[in-house]
Amino acid sequence: MKYVIAGAMVAAGLLAHGAVRAADAQTGGDGLGKYIVGDKRSGYVFAEPDTRAMQDDDFQNPGMVWVEAGKQLWSTPDGAAGKSCQTCHGDAATSMKGVATHYPKFNPRVGKVIDLEQRIDMCRAKALQAKPYPWESHELLAMTTFIKNQSRGMPMNVAVDGPAAPFFEKGKESFYRRRGQLDLSCASCHETLEGRHLRADVLSQGQTNGFPTYRLGWQTLGSLQKRIKGCDKQMRADPHAFGSDEYVNLELYLAWRGNGLPVETPAVRK
Amino acid sequence: MADVKARVKVPATATKGEIIEIKTAIAHAMESGQRKDKEGKAIPRKIINKFVCTLNGKELFRSDWYTAVSANPYLSFFVRATESGTYDFAWYDDDGSVYHASASIAVS
Repeated sequence: MKYVIAGAMVAAGLLAHGAVRAADAQTGGDGLGKYIVGDKRSGYVFAEPDTRAMQDDDFQNPGMVWVEAGKQLWSTPDGAAGKSCQTCHGDAATSMKGVATHYPKFNPRVGKVIDLEQRIDMCRAKALQAKPYPWESHELLAMTTFIKNQSRGMPMNVAVDGPAAPFFEKGKESFYRRRGQLDLSCASCHETLEGRHLRADVLSQGQTNGFPTYRLGWQTLGSLQKRIKGCDKQMRADPHAFGSDEYVNLELYLAWRGNGLPVETPAVRK
Repeated sequence: MADVKARVKVPATATKGEIIEIKTAIAHAMESGQRKDKEGKAIPRKIINKFVCTLNGKELFRSDWYTAVSANPYLSFFVRATESGTYDFAWYDDDGSVYHASASIAVS
């Protein structure tokens, strides 16, 4: 009997804890206000207080290592043209401020939507005449994180009208399409069951304003596409390749879902 | 991570006897030695196994680390400010390298 009572108390404690977190998430208590815009809630809201504290303190935030590395790469000449990013763009603090809030973005040169990683490699190929950084390489992550960090605190604002519209529609279709052996779509977890528990975790809305993100589970920083690949694997679906149109279009839809949420790069999540 | 970067944060000034917080962080993969590569061969352990903080050459704080310590380890600790001088921080790697960082403090 004792065990039953103890067990019940533990369960009650867990429920109370969960209820407080859920209440915070609804009302924006606990200093979460700026991470909630209308019914959009950043992953920050769903994170544990310890994880939030780690993100908020630039010294503790391990993602800042990539920001600093990116800052160095920014002014280091590379490639046959002998130029660095700085040669054309000057000080990133002014020239790159707000730029990442518009990505993924339609690029007329290639006639489709491209994400920030692809834009960086495009610059490297054309302006620097340098080899593109491979996906998920330290350099590409550092540069992406550094550039997006220049927009920290600014609201996400991607365009989905005009030439971007057909790509947005494809991304939306991808978000709602069921796939994999478990027959799940992105929406199954991140829309229908958002805020509910998946075993010990609270399902977030799957917002992307904090990417590239340092995930404690990865023990490193990773791109949004790495995270989406992880989702695909959990759904027992075959992941697409890094930089595939499928993922870039999905990135556009996800970014639009979070339009208005502040950029948090580099965010820290579990 | 190609290069190992250490960061430390120490208050620039303190009054004698005051308890201050020292924050340290280092970018390091902390390969545990328990993972295997694609061919099934064990990836050798490469972690930071010891951290030592000295003030003007006198040892102040030491800790031994093991395989369960995360990548990019962050460590903060509290010390009593006794004298002005330079804190030196040293991280000892399994491969024999030692990474250093330092910070000075003025105690009045």
